[in-house]
Amino acid sequence: MLILECPYCGVKAEETELSPGYEAHLKRFGPGSSDDEFNDYMFARKNPKGVHFERWRHAYGCGKWFLAARCTATLEVFGTYPAQSSEPPADLVAKIKAKRPDWSGYK
Amino acid sequence: MSTRLAKGGRLIDRTKTQGFSFNGKRMTGFAGDTLAAALLANDQMLVGRSFKYHRPRGIVASGAEEPNALVNLGSGSRLEPNQRTTTTELFAGLEAASQNHWPSLEFDVGVANNYVARFLPAGFYYKTFIHPRAAWKHVFEPIIRQSAGLGKAPKDRDADRYEQAYAFCDLLVVGGGIAGLQAALVAGRSGARVILLEQTAHWGGRAPVDGDVIDGKPAEAWVKDALQALGEMQNVTIRNRCKAAGVYDHGYVLADEKVADHTPGDGRPKHRLWRIRTGRIIAATGALERPLSFAGNDLPGVMLAGAVRDYTVNFAVSPGDRTVVVTNNDDAYRTAIALKEAGLEVPAIIDARASVTGALPAKARAMGIRVEAGRAVVKVKGGKRVTGVAIGLQAGEGAVLDEIGCDAVAMSGGWSPVVHLWSHCGGKLIWDEAQAHFRPDPKRPPTNHDGSAMVTVVGAANGALTAAAALADVAAQMGGEAKAEAVEEAAMEPVWIMPQGAGPALKMKMWLDYQNDVKVSDVQLAAREGYTSVEHTKRYTTLGMATDQGKLSNINGLAVLAQSLNEGIPQVGTTTFRPPYTPVTLGALAGEARDEIFQPLRRSPIHAWHEAQGAYMEPVGLWRRPYCYPKAGESHEQAVHREILNTRKAVGMLDASTLGKIIVKGPDAGRFLDMLYTNVMSTLPVGKCRYGLMCNEQGFLSDDGVVVRLTEDSWLCHTTSGGADRIHGWMEDWLQCEWWDWQVYTANVTEQYAQIAVAGPNARKVLEKLGGMDVSKEALPFMAFVEGHLGGLPARVHRISFSGELSYEIAVPASHGLALWQALIAAGAEFGVQPYGTEAMHVMRAEKGFIMIGDETDGTVIPQDLNLGWAISKKKADYLGKRGQERVYLARADRWKLAGFETLDGSVIPDGAYIPAAGHNPNGQRNTQGRVTSTYHSPTLGKGIAMGLIRGGLDRIGEVVEFTKMGGGTVQARVCDPVFYDKEGEKGNG
Repeated sequence: MLILECPYCGVKAEETELSPGYEAHLKRFGPGSSDDEFNDYMFARKNPKGVHFERWRHAYGCGKWFLAARCTATLEVFGTYPAQSSEPPADLVAKIKAKRPDWSGYK
Repeated sequence: MSTRLAKGGRLIDRTKTQGFSFNGKRMTGFAGDTLAAALLANDQMLVGRSFKYHRPRGIVASGAEEPNALVNLGSGSRLEPNQRTTTTELFAGLEAASQNHWPSLEFDVGVANNYVARFLPAGFYYKTFIHPRAAWKHVFEPIIRQSAGLGKAPKDRDADRYEQAYAFCDLLVVGGGIAGLQAALVAGRSGARVILLEQTAHWGGRAPVDGDVIDGKPAEAWVKDALQALGEMQNVTIRNRCKAAGVYDHGYVLADEKVADHTPGDGRPKHRLWRIRTGRIIAATGALERPLSFAGNDLPGVMLAGAVRDYTVNFAVSPGDRTVVVTNNDDAYRTAIALKEAGLEVPAIIDARASVTGALPAKARAMGIRVEAGRAVVKVKGGKRVTGVAIGLQAGEGAVLDEIGCDAVAMSGGWSPVVHLWSHCGGKLIWDEAQAHFRPDPKRPPTNHDGSAMVTVVGAANGALTAAAALADVAAQMGGEAKAEAVEEAAMEPVWIMPQGAGPALKMKMWLDYQNDVKVSDVQLAAREGYTSVEHTKRYTTLGMATDQGKLSNINGLAVLAQSLNEGIPQVGTTTFRPPYTPVTLGALAGEARDEIFQPLRRSPIHAWHEAQGAYMEPVGLWRRPYCYPKAGESHEQAVHREILNTRKAVGMLDASTLGKIIVKGPDAGRFLDMLYTNVMSTLPVGKCRYGLMCNEQGFLSDDGVVVRLTEDSWLCHTTSGGADRIHGWMEDWLQCEWWDWQVYTANVTEQYAQIAVAGPNARKVLEKLGGMDVSKEALPFMAFVEGHLGGLPARVHRISFSGELSYEIAVPASHGLALWQALIAAGAEFGVQPYGTEAMHVMRAEKGFIMIGDETDGTVIPQDLNLGWAISKKKADYLGKRGQERVYLARADRWKLAGFETLDGSVIPDGAYIPAAGHNPNGQRNTQGRVTSTYHSPTLGKGIAMGLIRGGLDRIGEVVEFTKMGGGTVQARVCDPVFYDKEGEKGNG
C-alpha cells in the first residue's frame, strides 16, 4: 500500500484514499489528429520498470488530482506535484537524475 | 510409544489437566500443551494421511512448518479445517478430527494409491487425463475433485466475531526470540515507538530450550528480565499470539492476533487483524530446520531433531523410548543430549560427516552415546510407526551395514532462515555456502518510500544461527550489549540425498514435500523431462504447494533439482515468497464487514416508507431501491405488471432520488459541458431541459441523462443512479488536469435532493391537487422546469419522462423528500396513485425504446450504434469521444446496431440470448450476428418485447431472426422499431 503525499493538502495519503489515473503528462489528441497520434495518445501507454510519472487523485481527501514520480520496481517515491503542471518541476528532475543516472527522462 | 515424562516441561502446568478428544477418543493433556504435544503424550503418533498416496503420517515439527499434523478443529459453527496441531494451544473441551482418509485414520482405502505409487509420478494428472478431451470435464475432474482437499469446509455460520485495528510505529520488531527481544530493547531505549510481535504464546524462542546462557543468566531468566524491561517502556508495545503475516509497500504490515483461539466462546473476538504502518521492520523471525532425504523419512516417528527437543524440554513429552538421531550438523547433538538428560535412550547418532569433532559431539560421546561418523540412514523400518533404522555409508549406494531398533528418529539437515518478511516486498537472497542456506542479501533490501531499506533482518533469520551469533548480529546492526556464551560448533555439511549414491528404489521413498507426496524421484523426473525453472518444477510436481508452502523442504527440493540439472543452487534460485507467512482465516480478513455492515448502504430520504410498505428492495450500486411493491398474495411479476398498467392508465410514483445530480457552474461552464456532452448544452435556454450523452475518449457511450439550465452560469446535470460519483470524478479530471485554466466549479448534490417522478394520465391532477404552482401544459411544457412551492414545499418541477407518460419529476431538498412523497400519495388517492418500482420503470422505458446505460451499452457501443445520432452535434469542432468515433472501423456498415424485436409467439426472449449466424469462427464456435440487450413481457401490449443489437440494425426491419435459448432450441422474432408504445410521443407531451 503506497503512501503518497498530496501536494495540495499535505496529507501523507494511503493508497486506500487515492484513486489512480495512469500515465501523467499525456498530450491530448482530438479531432484532426492522425490515426497514429490518436493511437499513441489513447492506447500506447508507458509501462516502464523504473521511473514512472503517474496521475493520482486524493479521492477520499481533498479531491485534487496530482502527479507523482516513483520507481515501479522499488516503489521509491521521488516526489509529487500539482496536476496543473506541463512538465515535472526542475528540482524533481534533478533529484531523479542524481538517484538514477541512467534515467532517460519523462517523455 | 510416545509418552509424558514424569518430570520437567517448562511450558506445562501439571496441576491443570485438560480433557480433549481426537477422532472421538477422549484424552487429557496439561494447560500449556500444544495439541501436538498433548497428542504425543497420549501416544497418538499417527495423526493424518498424506494427500496423494494416503500414507500414514505423524507429527514432524513443533511449529508453523508442520506439514502432516493438520486437523479439523471444533465442530458445527466453530469448525475450522487444516489447523496445525503444533500451533494450536490446548484447551479443555477441544475437539479435533484427522483429515484426508476414508473410512478411518487407521484403515484408509485411499492407501491403495500408495501401492501403485510408481505409476503416479510427477505430472501424472497432466499426462494421463489429457485424452479424450471431453472426458476431463465429465469423468476425470469430478472424480479427482472428490478425492482432493484436506479438511472439511465448515457448513454453519461462524459463531465467532473478528475485529480489525490500526497501529503505527517507528519500528516493528517481528519475532519474540532473544534476537527480537534484544532488538526491541535497543530500539525502545532509543525512544522510538516500537511494536514487538510474537506469533506463539511464549517468548524467548529456542534459546531456553537449547539452554543458552545470556549475560551470565540462563536464557529463561534473561527473557523474563527483558520482558519486564520492555513492559516498563511507555513507547514499547508487546503482543504475543500475533503473527506478522505479510509485509507490503512502504512499511505496511498485516498481523493476525489469535485473541481467543485458545479460549473459544469467552466473548472476545477470535482474531484481531492489525494493519500496521511502520517506519522500518526488524525481522527476527528465526530459522526452520530441514529434514534429511532418506528412504522412509515420512514414517510416523521420524521428526525434526529440534522438534524432538522442543517436545522433551517444553512439554515433557518423549516421542519414543529409543530415538536415533541422524544429522549433518552439530546442533542435533543438543537433541541427543536433551533426550539422554531426560532419562531416555539414544542408541546412536548417525552423522553424515566423515569427521565429527566439536564440543557438542564430545559431550554426547562423554554421555556414552554411540556416534557413527560418515554414516547414513539407508532406510527407516516400520509401517504405521518406526521400528528401526538400517545404517550404511553416506558415501555409498545404500548397502546395509547395521540395523538399529528404535521407535523414533530425530533428523536434522541444517537450518534455513525464515526470510519471508524480507522477501515479500522484493528483498533478494544470497546463498550461504558454509551453512547451506539462503539468507538476506543486505545489499539488495526491499525499499521504503524514500529508497531506504524497509526491512532489517537480525539473528537466526539473518543466518546467525547460534545464540551468541544472533546477539552479536543484533549488536552489529542495531547496537546494544547483550552477549550469549558461545558454544563452539563444527561446520555442517550439506546432505541433499542420503546416502548420496542411493538408487531409484530408495529415492522413491525419500520425501521432500510430505503433505503433497513429492519425493526426490519426482523432482529428478521433472528435471529429466525438461523442467529447468524452479517455478515450473514447483507447479509440475506440486513441491512446496501444500499448506506449509514449502517451509519444511523447499530448499531440499531445489537442491535436488540443482543437482539433477548439474547447476549451482543459487543459479536455480528459489520460488517466490508471497504473503501470508501462514494462512490467515477469512473471518479475520473480513473483520466486522459482514451482514448489515458488509458495505455502506445508501438510503433515499423515502427509504423507510418503502420498507414499511413491504417493498421488495434491490441493490443499485450501494443504494437499495424498491424493485416493486407486492400486495398480499401477489408475486413480484404480478406486482410489476399491476404497477405498469396503473401508471399507464391512472398515475404512478417513483422514488428517483438516487438519480445523480451534479451542478456545473462558472463563466466557462457552458463551454465545458459542450466538451463533455456529444450535443450542445451551452445554447440550452434557462428554464429548459435537454437529454444528453457522454462518451469516453474512445468514443464509447458512458452515461446519459437530462441536463437542466438553472441560471445563466449554472447547469444541473442528471446522471444515472450508479454513475454520479464516476461522472463527477470524470468532470474533475478534465477540469483539473486538462482545462485547468477554465473557470468552472462542480458540486455533486445527489444526496442533497429527493426526486419523485409522478407519471401517468392523471399526473397533472395530482400536482394540481397539491397546489401552489401552475403545472399546466402552457406554463410548464414538455422539457421545461419551474421552481416554486408545491403543497407548501420548495420544489423544482421538471416536465421530463422516462416512462413515456405525462410525467413530472419533482426535486425537493432531501429533508422534505418524505413529506412530499406522503403528500403526493394522499393527494393522488382519488386519482388512483400507486408507487412503482425499478422493474416497472425498466419495462416502461423499454416499451418506449429508451436505452439504459449498462443494458444497451457495454463499453463497446457508440451512440450511433443506438440510433442516437440525433443527439450528436455535427457543428462542434470537438467533444470528448469525437476523435474516437472517427475511427474507420466504427463507421463500418456491418456494426451491430439497435433494433426492436417482437417474438412471433408472444413469448419473452431469454436474457442474454444471441442471434446465431451461418458458419463457425476459428475456435469452432457458432458465428453470431446480434444479441438481446433488454427483454421483458410488456403488460401494456400483452406480449414479449425486446431491444437488441443486430448487424445492420433498423435496415433489417421485418426480417425474422432466431434467438438461442438456454438449454437448446430457438425463439423466432421479427425485427422492428424499438419504440413499441406511443411512437408519436403524444402522451409524454400531453
